[in-house]
Amino acid sequence: MDFKGFDPTGRTTAADGTRSVKVMIAGGFGTGKTTMVRSVSDIRPLTTEETLTQASAGVDHLIGVTDKQQTTVSLDFGKIGINDELVLYLFGTPGQERFWFLWNGLFKGALGAVVLVDTRRLASSFRAIEEMERQNVPFVIALNVFPDSRDHPVEEIRDALDIPEDIPVVAFDARDRAASRDVLVALIRHLQERAVALEPR
Amino acid sequence: MSAPRRPTDPTGLERYYVLTGGRSKPAGPAATLDVATLVVSRTGPQPSPQPGLQHEHEEILRRCREPLSVAELGAHLGLPFNIIAVLLADLLEAGRVETRDPVPANSAGLGPDLALLEEVLSGLQRL
Repeated sequence: MDFKGFDPTGRTTAADGTRSVKVMIAGGFGTGKTTMVRSVSDIRPLTTEETLTQASAGVDHLIGVTDKQQTTVSLDFGKIGINDELVLYLFGTPGQERFWFLWNGLFKGALGAVVLVDTRRLASSFRAIEEMERQNVPFVIALNVFPDSRDHPVEEIRDALDIPEDIPVVAFDARDRAASRDVLVALIRHLQERAVALEPR
Repeated sequence: MSAPRRPTDPTGLERYYVLTGGRSKPAGPAATLDVATLVVSRTGPQPSPQPGLQHEHEEILRRCREPLSVAELGAHLGLPFNIIAVLLADLLEAGRVETRDPVPANSAGLGPDLALLEEVLSGLQRL
């Protein structure tokens, strides 16, 4: 038994100095966000919720009835043990992108994001890409290749989505653990390249 | 005329109201909690009894003997993020837990954390 971290004052010590990082998995509805979280997570994916208060847009309600609506938004998430002292949390963003900015700080503190794209429905991920750019979250694009997807050259999709050259676009199968892991590796490498490019010289 | 009362509250809002004493947002240091913030119980002798601690507070202390994220607490206790945050504000104030926010890729003023990225990368490559 190791007593190195023992501290009689009862405070926690370096013995449980575990830290966390988070990566967001974004994309339109049905693009495979939860599938990817499930295939790469060390734990069975869990769901956490947030109750958001939203001003109601409707005007034809009864006088005196509250003009705010409570909306429950769900996040599916998983985790990966990076080493003994570092845990990576993966959060699948809610399908309804309009809630992303209501949930303050959801993207803040994330290392970056993976934006999933279903090549049969490119438009379903437009909003997710716009939102990453607006919130200044670094991201890579991952084309989730569904069994009945046509074979799309990556560069053709890059043009269609208007993705700049310096942002990686990769194709993968979200059901496959190794492939999902490789997408995360692509994201971290992209973050490293950005970091080097941003470094003052 | 008063609105007809619903016999049940399917949204759980009444339960949350009781749990949080009507607070909808945490105050103090808990106001910046993230879904990936790690929570760990402080060990050692505690004053007892603990006035004002509810069953849910005890449950958080029990589960956080090992560091656990706010999101995991929410999932395990079946409570939304903002309610967990209010309960954690109580525990922080009482000195019963420590919280650690996720490490961002860019620390303020220090630029990108290359060592952290390398650590994550080598962990992923071992999977």
